[in-house]
Amino acid sequence: MADRKTEGRPRALFPRWLLRSGVTVGSIAVTMLGLLFVTFMIGRVMPVDPVLAIVGDRASAEVYQQVYERLGLDRPLIVQFAIYLGDVVRGDFGMSILTARPVAEDIARVFPATLELATLGTVIGVAFGVPLGVVAAVRRGSWIDQIARVVALVGYSMPIFWLGLMGLLIFYGILGWVGGPGRVSIFYADMVPPVTGMILVDSALDGNWTVFRDALSHIVLPAALLGYYSLAYISRMTRSFMLEQLSAEYVTTARVKGMSEWAVIWGHAFRNIRVQLITVVALSYAGLLEGSVLTEIIFSWPGIGSYITTALLSADMNAVLGGTVVVGLVFVLLNVASDLLYKFLDPRAK
Amino acid sequence: MSGTAWREWLLTDTPHSRMQARAAALYQGWLAFRSNTLAMFGLGILVFLLAVAAFAPVIAPHDPYYQDLANRLQPLGTEGHSLGTDSLGRDILSRLIYGSRITLYIVALVALIAPVAGLIVGTVAGYVGGWVDMVLMRITDIFLAFPRLVLALAFVAALGAGIENAVLAISLTAWPPYARIARAETLTIRNSDYISAVRLQGAGPLRIITKHIWPLCISSLIVRVTLDMAGIILAAAGLGFLGLGAQPPSPEWGAMISEGRRFILDHWWVATMPGLAIFTVSLAFNLLGDGLRDVLDPKSEK
Repeated sequence: MADRKTEGRPRALFPRWLLRSGVTVGSIAVTMLGLLFVTFMIGRVMPVDPVLAIVGDRASAEVYQQVYERLGLDRPLIVQFAIYLGDVVRGDFGMSILTARPVAEDIARVFPATLELATLGTVIGVAFGVPLGVVAAVRRGSWIDQIARVVALVGYSMPIFWLGLMGLLIFYGILGWVGGPGRVSIFYADMVPPVTGMILVDSALDGNWTVFRDALSHIVLPAALLGYYSLAYISRMTRSFMLEQLSAEYVTTARVKGMSEWAVIWGHAFRNIRVQLITVVALSYAGLLEGSVLTEIIFSWPGIGSYITTALLSADMNAVLGGTVVVGLVFVLLNVASDLLYKFLDPRAK
Repeated sequence: MSGTAWREWLLTDTPHSRMQARAAALYQGWLAFRSNTLAMFGLGILVFLLAVAAFAPVIAPHDPYYQDLANRLQPLGTEGHSLGTDSLGRDILSRLIYGSRITLYIVALVALIAPVAGLIVGTVAGYVGGWVDMVLMRITDIFLAFPRLVLALAFVAALGAGIENAVLAISLTAWPPYARIARAETLTIRNSDYISAVRLQGAGPLRIITKHIWPLCISSLIVRVTLDMAGIILAAAGLGFLGLGAQPPSPEWGAMISEGRRFILDHWWVATMPGLAIFTVSLAFNLLGDGLRDVLDPKSEK
């Protein structure tokens, strides 16, 4: 996450919006193409023989050859890549060996779980991180600022999977305040009809509040965990944005005019950092989608992180690559979206 | 020379040699760094860690691989096992001590590979410019666009589990930010007068890049590396936790947590202790990095 603090994105040089959006679309396309190429190459250097994975060890040489050709492995690498591209564009990631179903279907099933977790985590991170950052900037050097600093520092230094384990141990094992691993308790599983795949939303739509409460007690700990990491990042960024604004002359002017401190902070300074904050929140959201890999494993959360890792450990390469591509694409899209939003909302960027 | 004479020599306004000027700059940096208590605290922890790793065979009370099934899962403070034992009766303290070697090994390797790769890519892109710059920076962007842990996972899947492959995977995901920094520095240096002077004296691009551009990129890279080391440790521990880094019975901290996870509710210390070790070390790197940034890069002081 530290990368994104310092890196500015290159801006297009052409003044006209058409050229600029053309360049933007082009660079997104190149990035995605590169992303697919990297995953494709990973798939090719894999020590797992894709043919053997399908036909098994005892297949005759003839069968082996047939499958080998059907998979297109006899074609030149560039042709294979083109075929792979075509498949991906059509949403075809091949079959998962583990679940014996199309990878795309699997991902569509597990992705909402990750989305639900990351969304709630981001909400928590914003709800606590932004006020903390603002207060830390306004009361610079005070004990609140020190606490905010320590909170962020600990967040940057703590292994997320370990913190998750400790949380489970304390809040589930010892205190019994929250539900254990998994999305709902076993006896509530599959009780609400899946509409969005996000169990909180589904149970609310169904009006089944028992399941809703149970799901909430399960999600609160992993979401708080992700929220903490998001808070660490968001509060630091909010603080430095606010410090920049508070030292500006218009703030002094507003104070001299006799404006209340509250109005100066929230009405003037905070208004001016909202655009930057949106970018930060989008980046942190993208980071959580990725960062949830380890969290999901600790909490047996059936999301895309668990999916990729399980597939990885059973050498189910189609699933691993499909999952990687999907996470990568979402990541890129969120980055691009935050970039565009920034340009759209900030008049200076035009 | 006595202490005060040294001090005067180091703090003089008129250094007599290049070496004296350099030593003076270092000393002043050290003075600024020393006044930062937290950064000194971080440095202290790391020096301690280095010592522990160096003298592991002397310090460790037991053989980290020795299994004693009669004494498995002993709690904290057991006689002879101050941090208890794990599920195979191995002494946790000894395993932590030996594990520091693995952690340092991974961090050192990544901290060598990734910045050097980034430095080469970035300076070449920045100095040569044109389409070379475009291609290299596009590649950098592609790697930046990838979620790092997921990319590392996929790499390890391709290369096979193990420490060396984990190092490679983490390095492959870690170099792009260094390339960006090095390129930005190169762009500001490239058109300065002294580079033109060197070029007029007949220096080729290779000499200019390695002798005149690299040294100026180093300080910002060092700051960045120190700040990244915490992330490297966490990534390595994460891979170890997933069973993709160091393989058992090696006492890697992440793998130890993964082992202890099975008994977390009844025997909490097995997973807790290695986690505390990881936390302490990555905290130390973060503190040190913050301090170094303030010393070497006063612009970014918050």
